[in-house]
Amino acid sequence: MNLPMQPAHQAAPLLVLGWGNLSRGDDALGPACVAALQARLPAHLNEQVEFLDDYQLQIEHALDLVGRQAVLFIDASLSCAAPFEVQNPQPRRDTSYSSHALSPEALLQVFSDVQGQDPPPATLLAIRGEAFELGQPMSAAAQAHLEAALDWALAWVMTTLTSSLT
Amino acid sequence: MSFALETAAHPEGLRRVAIDPVSRVEGHGKVTLLLDEHNHVQQARLHIVEFRGFEKFIEGRPYWEVPVMVQRLCGICPVSHHLAASKAFDRVLGATPISASAEAVRRLMHYGQMLQSHALHFFHLSSPDLLFGFDSPVAQRNIVGVAQAHPEIAKKGILLRKFGQEIIRITAGKRVHGTGAVPGGVNKLVSAEERDSLKRELPQMLAWAQDAVDIAKQLHAQNPALYNRFGSFRSNLLSIVRADGAMDLYNGVLRVRDEAGHILVDGVDDQKYLDLIEEEVRPWSYMKFPHLRSLGRELGWYRVGPLARVQNCDFIPSERAEIERQAFVDWGKGEPVHATLAYHWARMIEMLHAVEVIAELLDDPALLSGDLLTSGQRQRSGVGIIEAPRGTLIHDYDVGDNDLVTRCNLIVSTTHNNQAMNEAVRSVARDYLDGHELTEGLLNHIEVAIRAYDPCLSCATHALGQMPLDVTLLAADGTVLDRVQKSALGGVSRSINHSSDEISL
Repeated sequence: MNLPMQPAHQAAPLLVLGWGNLSRGDDALGPACVAALQARLPAHLNEQVEFLDDYQLQIEHALDLVGRQAVLFIDASLSCAAPFEVQNPQPRRDTSYSSHALSPEALLQVFSDVQGQDPPPATLLAIRGEAFELGQPMSAAAQAHLEAALDWALAWVMTTLTSSLT
Repeated sequence: MSFALETAAHPEGLRRVAIDPVSRVEGHGKVTLLLDEHNHVQQARLHIVEFRGFEKFIEGRPYWEVPVMVQRLCGICPVSHHLAASKAFDRVLGATPISASAEAVRRLMHYGQMLQSHALHFFHLSSPDLLFGFDSPVAQRNIVGVAQAHPEIAKKGILLRKFGQEIIRITAGKRVHGTGAVPGGVNKLVSAEERDSLKRELPQMLAWAQDAVDIAKQLHAQNPALYNRFGSFRSNLLSIVRADGAMDLYNGVLRVRDEAGHILVDGVDDQKYLDLIEEEVRPWSYMKFPHLRSLGRELGWYRVGPLARVQNCDFIPSERAEIERQAFVDWGKGEPVHATLAYHWARMIEMLHAVEVIAELLDDPALLSGDLLTSGQRQRSGVGIIEAPRGTLIHDYDVGDNDLVTRCNLIVSTTHNNQAMNEAVRSVARDYLDGHELTEGLLNHIEVAIRAYDPCLSCATHALGQMPLDVTLLAADGTVLDRVQKSALGGVSRSINHSSDEISL
C-alpha cells in the first residue's frame, strides 16, 4: 500500500517549528521565538521559509518535514546552558510512558518510519527557561535568552538559505 | 477491592525504589516501591502531580473566556476541556438545549478529537510495547508476526490523527486551541466544501480504524495468558451513557457498574455529580482519590475511560463498533473484562465508533445551516460532563452577577483513575517484580501499565529535559545500592554503590 505522505502544497525549503504553551511562563519561548524570527525575516525570503508553532510536538508534525531541505526546531529547555544551546538531533525511538510528550529525536524517527528515508537535516535551538507556572508571564531571564537566541536563529536561517539555494 | 500494598506495615525497615523524573515540574509522575530484604514488594504507589493552580488560573475571569482558556491546560485533549467548559456555561446561560446545528458541530469536533487522540495513543505510544513485546520472548515470537502483517501501521496512525486534527480545524477554527464552541452554542458552522473534503477521506479512515481493532483483537487472541493477566484487577466502572443506555461520548447521564457488571447506579443527572462522587485527599499524593459516596473509599473507587465505556453501555449505536463491542464482551465470558491491556482494545473500538459517528454527522444538514446560539434563563452555576479520550471529564463553575467565575472545580479522567492506576502498578509489581532483582525491563512493565491509562500529565509544558526517569534502590539506612537512569532520549545508564563507573544497559 502506498499512502499519500506528500505535502498538500509545495513545501518551502526551510521549516522553522517551535512549540510551547503561551500560558506557562517560559514555556512560551518556542512560539515566541518563531514569531519574532518571522517578523525579522526580510520580506523577499518569505517564500523560502515556513514558520509553524504548536503547543506540543506530535507525530503529525512528521508530515510538516516532508520536502524540506533543512529544519530548525525551537523549544524551551530546563537542562541546557543559558542563554541557549544548539544541537543536531538524530532519529531515535521515544521511551515516554505518556502521549503527552514527544522529543524532536522521536519525531525524526517517526519520519523515518513512515517515509522509509532519512529525515531532512535538523537543528535544535534549545533556549534556557527558568519558570513554567500556569498563568505566569515569561521571566526576565528567559526574555534575555530569547534575544540572544534570535540573533543566532536569524543567522542560521540566512546561512542555511544561502547554502541550500546554491 | 482492597488497598493491599498501598501502605506497608513497617516501612522503616524497607528499601525504597523510586521511578522519578529528575525535574519536579508540574505534571509528572513517579512510582515508589518499598522492598524488604528478600525483594518482596511491601508497598507500591503512583504519584502524579496534577493541575496545581488550574482552578486559580480560571477563577476571576469572565465566563465567556473560559472555554478558550481551559484549552491551555492540555495540548493533547484541548477540545475536551473546550467542550466541557462550553457545556457548563450553556447551563449558566440557560441554553439547554443548544440548537441542533450547534450540537452537530460540537459532536463532530468531539468525535474528531476522540479519533486523533486514540490514534496517537495506540499507533505511536503503545504499539512498540504491544507489537514487539515488553520483556516477553513468547509474546515477541507471536506478535512480531502481527507487526509484519501491518507494515504501514505508523503511517496509518499519523494519517488517522491528521484526519481528526482536520475535523478539529474545520469545526474549531484551528487545529489546536480553537474557538468553535462558545457558551450557548458555536460561532461557526461547516461549509459544504469542508464537509465534502472530509467525506472523501472517510472510506480509508473507516478501513484503517477497522484494521486497528483487528490488530488489538489479534494481540489478545495470540497471547491470552499475558493479556488477561497483566495488570488485571476488579473494579467498578463509571461513564456517561445516553438515556437509553447507548454509548454517547458527548452527552448523557452517569452510570456505574460494579465489578461483576451489575448496574449500581444509573440515570444520574450530570448536574448532580456531587451527589454521586466525593474526592478524598491522601497525605502521600497531590492527586485526589474520587469514589462513590454510597460505597465509601474502599469499595467505591472505579475506573473510567475506554475499558469502562465499552462495557458500561448497553450497546454502541453504530454498526461496526457494535459488532466489535459484542466480541469484546464475549471475551469476558459473562464477566466484565478487567485486564489493563484491554484498554487498548476498547480504545480501538471507540476509534472505529468515532469514524462511524463522524460519517453520520457529515450527512447531517444541520452542520451546514441553522442557529448558532441559544439563550435562556440565567443560572449561577453549571456543570459540563463529557467523555474525554482518557475518561470522564467534569467541569463545574459558579459565575457571579458580574459575569466573573467565582468557583471552579475540575475532575479529569486521570483523577478518576487515580486509584485504578495505583492498583495496576501494584498488580504488576506483585506479579512481575516481587522477589526478583530489578531490571530496566521489569520496571518497564510498570510503565506499560501506566501507559494503558495514558494519564494526562497536567500537560502542555514539555520543555526539553523534563522527561527522564531516575530509578533508585535505597537500603533501609538510605544508602544508594543501585541506580538506573533513563534519559528523555531513551538512553539508559546504571551506577552501582555510588560508583562513577557507568555501564550501558
